[in-house]
Amino acid sequence: MRSVAAYLSVPESRVYSVATFYKALSLVPLGTYVIKICDGTACHIRGSPEVLKAFEKELAIANGETTEDGMFTLQTVNCLGACALAPVVTINDRVFGKVKVKDVPGIIQEVLEDETE
Amino acid sequence: MKLNSPEALEEYRTSLPPRGGGAPVRIRVCAGTGCLAGGSQAVYDAFVVEAERHGLKDGVDFAAGTTGCHGFCENGPIVQIDPENIFYQHVTPDDVPEIFAKTIVGGEPVQRLLYRDAATKQRCRSEEEIPFYAHQQRIVLQRTGHIDPTDINDYIREGGYAGLAKALVMEPKAVVGEVMASGLRGRGGGGFPTGTKWESARIVEAEKKYVVANGDEGDPGAFMNRSLMEGDPHSVIEGMIIGAWAVGATSGHIYVREEYPLAVSNLRRAIEEAQRLGLLGTDILGSGFSFDVEITRGGGAFVCGESTALMASIEGMPGVPRVKYIRSTEKGLWDAPAVLNNVETWADIPRIILNGANWYAGIGTENNSGTKVFSLVGKVKNSGLVEVPLGTPLRTIIFDIGGGVMNNRAFKAVQSGGPSGGCLPESKLDTQVDFDHLKEAGAMMGSGGLIVMDDHTCMVNVAQYFIDFLVGECCGKCTPCREGLHAMQVLLHGLTSGKARAGDVALLKEIAEYVRDTALCGLGQTAANPVLSTMEFFPEEYEEHEKEGFCRAGVCSGLYAVAIDPATCTGCGMCARVCPADAITGEKKQVHLIDPDACITCGSCVDACRFNAILIERRENDD
Repeated sequence: MRSVAAYLSVPESRVYSVATFYKALSLVPLGTYVIKICDGTACHIRGSPEVLKAFEKELAIANGETTEDGMFTLQTVNCLGACALAPVVTINDRVFGKVKVKDVPGIIQEVLEDETE
Repeated sequence: MKLNSPEALEEYRTSLPPRGGGAPVRIRVCAGTGCLAGGSQAVYDAFVVEAERHGLKDGVDFAAGTTGCHGFCENGPIVQIDPENIFYQHVTPDDVPEIFAKTIVGGEPVQRLLYRDAATKQRCRSEEEIPFYAHQQRIVLQRTGHIDPTDINDYIREGGYAGLAKALVMEPKAVVGEVMASGLRGRGGGGFPTGTKWESARIVEAEKKYVVANGDEGDPGAFMNRSLMEGDPHSVIEGMIIGAWAVGATSGHIYVREEYPLAVSNLRRAIEEAQRLGLLGTDILGSGFSFDVEITRGGGAFVCGESTALMASIEGMPGVPRVKYIRSTEKGLWDAPAVLNNVETWADIPRIILNGANWYAGIGTENNSGTKVFSLVGKVKNSGLVEVPLGTPLRTIIFDIGGGVMNNRAFKAVQSGGPSGGCLPESKLDTQVDFDHLKEAGAMMGSGGLIVMDDHTCMVNVAQYFIDFLVGECCGKCTPCREGLHAMQVLLHGLTSGKARAGDVALLKEIAEYVRDTALCGLGQTAANPVLSTMEFFPEEYEEHEKEGFCRAGVCSGLYAVAIDPATCTGCGMCARVCPADAITGEKKQVHLIDPDACITCGSCVDACRFNAILIERRENDD
């Protein structure tokens, strides 16, 4: 942030203000896999809060946190706009639609298996 | 090659080879975000591989291409085959060999992939026969799903940029007059007359003016702007050039939401192609008028959809709104006059100029002319994009087009207008959907999200959902919104977790009214709407949460008990399969049982049951 401020010749506080305002910018490193659980209205009423709970339980981290091994970051997003597939979860570029609570362990397993390949 | 006159554009149009090189059969694979997520890229690849196997050549024997969103996202991936416009749904790569053999080579449809009308039990061969499409009138979405959004020639073939050519030989004042006469109102939700906005920018004398397209579609559950930018990007750009000519702007910005990478790439490509043909840049079509457009990507902040916040964000600042003593059309972007319209509004412009104000004013109802795109989602059978004339009743949209509520459950409410909107109950289903009637009914049009809710949706939870959302997105500049929303959040969480105290509902209402009356920007003033509208139409749910700690919808964990109705349970086993706690047991085709001690009241079984056999009951008095 200091170097950005120096480069733009603006106070560091201005850079901090922008960096913390926008969700797309993060001050901490994210995991290799960023799990985004859509919590748009359509996903919400089709059960995304329960899906989030299942991921939290499975990974033993809370929403917004990263696992100790740096593998997974868990986030909720406001809407991915794929409402017909609600509830939707994306992990990096992969999309999982109509996710049920029971599918969650399998999804993580699948990602980990591809990782070791 | 630069097209240096309107005539050159027309010549170019007529000189274009027919689409797909004139191949007799054309395969259109939907590559909107919804279908891509369902695997449509693999379907397209399978068509290419299968063609090779048959020894057929793309561009000669057939033409395969990807298009923007077809709108019927519930049934994706969607493939359509011209010239007969055969409509296939839920297509997987495994289906492709059969489609090729039967349809492409044999000319016969594959019955099992056709849409089946639930009412008549008939298979529908083409888009026109499917009720979802039959009740719509597609103007903005006319080309989306038909053209290849990454090819400007496809847009020009369909009459693209003819509106621009016509506008450039008109006086700017006459262009504004045409937009004014069309009655077009802002499609982003405000409903401000577009022509009036343009006129106020046109008459300002300034060295530099801007036009801005708002593609920061932040309302959760809404994706009509995304589909438009992805599927027909040139229509937005053409509208902006016309607007720039009318108000005297030389630069344009399209502000696109961070979460829409495909929209950004398709728009970027469209801008480059338009520049290449001289439709953007200096001396557009030989008119002497110069204009260019750039894309600004959002940073994931809902408030940036607010006009002044959006402009602050383009300037590189945190997207915080300002008080609008001075209109943006006088001092907007970098203190220069700026006309900001929603991308759908811009996309309406070329056709209004081309077909005339009277044509447009003739669609819809008085004071609410034209069509509007809605994203119909939630507990509705046919999720997707719907475009209808303004004034169409909610009932038509939800039941005739949407097919009614999923799993044949009871309709409870429809939420319109995003986090600033409201929830309307069944008694308001005959409300005409337009700016004025929705407001009168207690909701608002907003950008076009329509979220259908069934009896397994808790209205207190919905209100809490929106307030949680808004707390996270509140910019923090003004006190009523920052503190008021937080106080409402605490009260709502108390209600949904069974920890409410007597009087909480009344207090919640009081705070909500304060926020509504005193917040700084449009988002703050409407932030209390989700609470106020659910309180107005569903007071009993608030009361039950406060007084009895009971959630009749079976959503708020711990505030209800479930039991299986032996009379309606068919023993299909769906509930047992989805139960994460393994609390449901039963033999196949026998009535199942729920173990109340093991049940974690997650609601999975209620959603899964197709026979409404899961009953929501009051808890036995355990305290």
